Amino acid sequence: MNERQTQAGLRIKSAYMRDRHLWRLIIIMLLWFIFMAVTRFSKFYTVVNFQTMFAQFPEFGLMSLGVMVCMITGGIDLSTVGIANVTAISTALLMQHIGGDSRHISVFWVVVVFLLAIVVGMIAGGLNGMLVAKLHIPPILATLGMGELFTGIGIVLTNGSAISDFPTTYAFAVNNRVLGIPVQFLIFAAAAVILSFMLIKTTYGKKLILLGTSQNVAKYSGLKVDMILIKTYLISGVCSALGGMIMLANYNSARADYGSNYTLQCILIVVLGGVSPNGGKGKISGVLLAIFLVRALETGLNRFPQISSYYVSLIWGAVLLLVMVLNYFTENDISLFKKKPNNFHAD
Amino acid sequence: MSEYLFRAIDIHKYFAGVRALDGVSLEIKPGEIHCLAGENGCGKSTLIKIISGVYQRDSGIIEFEGEQLKKITPIDAIKRGIQVIYQDFSIFPNLTVMENLAINSQLVENKRLVNWKHMRETARTAIERIGFKVDLDVTLGTLSVAEKQMVAICRALMFNAKLIIMDEPTTALTKKEVKALFKVILQLKEQGISILFVSHKLDEVFEISERFTVFRSGKLIATGNTKELDDKKFSYYMTGREFEVRSFVPDKLSEKPILEVDNLSLPGSFEKISFSVKGGEILGITGLLDSGRTELALALFGIHPAKEGEIRIHGRAVKISSPQKAIQNKIGFVPEDRLSEGLFLPQSIGDNIIISEIDHLKKSGIMDKKKCRDEILHWVKEMAIATPDPENAASTLSGGNQQRVVLAKWLACSPDILILNGPTVGVDIGSKHDIHGILQELANKGMAIIIISDDLPEVIENCSRLLILKGGKESGKMSTHEITEKMILDKMM
Repeated sequence: MNERQTQAGLRIKSAYMRDRHLWRLIIIMLLWFIFMAVTRFSKFYTVVNFQTMFAQFPEFGLMSLGVMVCMITGGIDLSTVGIANVTAISTALLMQHIGGDSRHISVFWVVVVFLLAIVVGMIAGGLNGMLVAKLHIPPILATLGMGELFTGIGIVLTNGSAISDFPTTYAFAVNNRVLGIPVQFLIFAAAAVILSFMLIKTTYGKKLILLGTSQNVAKYSGLKVDMILIKTYLISGVCSALGGMIMLANYNSARADYGSNYTLQCILIVVLGGVSPNGGKGKISGVLLAIFLVRALETGLNRFPQISSYYVSLIWGAVLLLVMVLNYFTENDISLFKKKPNNFHAD
Repeated sequence: MSEYLFRAIDIHKYFAGVRALDGVSLEIKPGEIHCLAGENGCGKSTLIKIISGVYQRDSGIIEFEGEQLKKITPIDAIKRGIQVIYQDFSIFPNLTVMENLAINSQLVENKRLVNWKHMRETARTAIERIGFKVDLDVTLGTLSVAEKQMVAICRALMFNAKLIIMDEPTTALTKKEVKALFKVILQLKEQGISILFVSHKLDEVFEISERFTVFRSGKLIATGNTKELDDKKFSYYMTGREFEVRSFVPDKLSEKPILEVDNLSLPGSFEKISFSVKGGEILGITGLLDSGRTELALALFGIHPAKEGEIRIHGRAVKISSPQKAIQNKIGFVPEDRLSEGLFLPQSIGDNIIISEIDHLKKSGIMDKKKCRDEILHWVKEMAIATPDPENAASTLSGGNQQRVVLAKWLACSPDILILNGPTVGVDIGSKHDIHGILQELANKGMAIIIISDDLPEVIENCSRLLILKGGKESGKMSTHEITEKMILDKMM
């Protein structure tokens, strides 16, 4: 091998090493798309299929973005689904009230309802943040408790049944397409762009990563640890609330126990996207890829009628464990295949 | 039997092509206290791990009690009577003292059932051997570092140890505890046990050892009797550089003090502390571990704010209730523990440098990438941080360079007052010297500096005045002009 080739090889290797998670996701995604092309080309590669995918993933995609920021601080948000449902239920009830018997409201109200949802998310997330930052309750417990609390509020508000007789205008507005692109995806994209901007361009992103590495060092460096934590859980709350609004449109109804498997799925996505559960590490690009990959996997699986949807949990659990095991090997630089012994000897 | 209990001759060890040990030798006589010294990364730890069987040597001869050892496994080493006491002691914090002491013999005897009475007896004999008084039923986690170390020593003695290797045993001990440890070491010597004492602290080497060996970058530099060693030679062997002591003399003082502290109190930590520091001056604060020196430092930086008393900066009374307030008042603080307080180890050197001034590095809300980069490069150059790329993680640096990163972080905030708690703990001699140079230079540029340290030569050399604390109270103030360590120690104890 001549020198130039080795140089190029090294450069590719270092680019790979720098963003291993990202490259691994891209490779898995390509393999999956090739597999689908070979086996189910006509059923998978249709415009409608992709439009459906892009309308579906924003629900848990938004929640995953919330879990991501919390996990970068070394915490977690288990209350996302609870916040999403309580937001969906309260806004559905509100729209019922506004619409009355006509089952119709103006676009103005749709916008107001969205802004209100954001406020609900801020309050819920802010409460999470206060519990974590001010009372020093471990995030896993604080958000688990809050999640149960929100689900409980949802059940009380609805008596445990679904609300579906709210104005149809809302579902119609969100289930729409602009130039063939689903509105759900546009909402997701807007949130993703804003969050990317915050994480990459503002000092918040840098502070978040460093805080996740060590809260103690952050304190000694003069960072406002409490404020950053509250802000982070607040962002997560807003993401969850928006996710709930999309669920409301997609199901055209609200219920306290919708999307209960999303909690696990969000964690799966975030870890798959390369965020360390110990905090201090993670990129939004990886999480965005992982969100899309998980949706593509699920949609692809649905194209095989012989695989029952009962297997979905099993598959997600297995994938999550596989990722953790892979991370263990790459992070400790253990090669699965034994290297040939190095022949280093005294000269 | 030969004159030596233990001999290692011409040992080589490579890690993936890096020469960790390059033909080093070490000879220990029976009943001798031998000191192995060298800076971080000189190969001391590698050699210890080879002796205890954790690593295998690539070439060289090892003899123990006149017998050549071909391949050493950890169990071999223990059976032959070689015991290592590591820095973390390898003890179980959730078990009691008795269980910790008895567990290894239980394992060696391969018993499945626990005989509590027998365990108690073995444990008792072990602690009596060095006259160590401790309640056998206390959970280990509740003991002090020094007591944990004693437990580890007792455990080592239970296996008929002939050679005990102590890896930097004094790092986390107070002065009193070091004295107690030395007494125990002398007792062990009387019982005919050889001790290999690994340290890079000069005064300890002089005090305890009979013979010494110094390594530098994997090579044997010098070995001989400690009596023939002096300060200058020792530093030279360790670093390959010659240093002259530069005693600090303030160049020009500001007219009025920058920082004035009046009757500052935090109940349970310190009481009625008063002092002032002028620009261009270095004040030393010293005292034992429980003197309240660290608590005072934390109060000045707003981590644990003081309850009573007044702090004035440039003559204006200020309330320092949080680190942000301290930074606003132009105070910088280099904390005691670099690893858990000073540095984000897995993050880049650059991010570590700019994190405290990051809010000044943005343009209309957006981080100014170019400004950040310039700032990082400026400080890496200014502080002579030895790294090929500031994007590398801070954990890749040596102790001395890591400390420079922490210093750079605060200097980047251009403070008027810089407080350093143990500025050179765990830093090699060369870097220590350089850091002292930097601090003296900063003082000469008009900064007010406070060094909090129990390293007496350090405070004497670098400070112009000294405040001594004892039990949370002031026990003396002196000028470091013509002062001796003895005078300070009298006030500290």
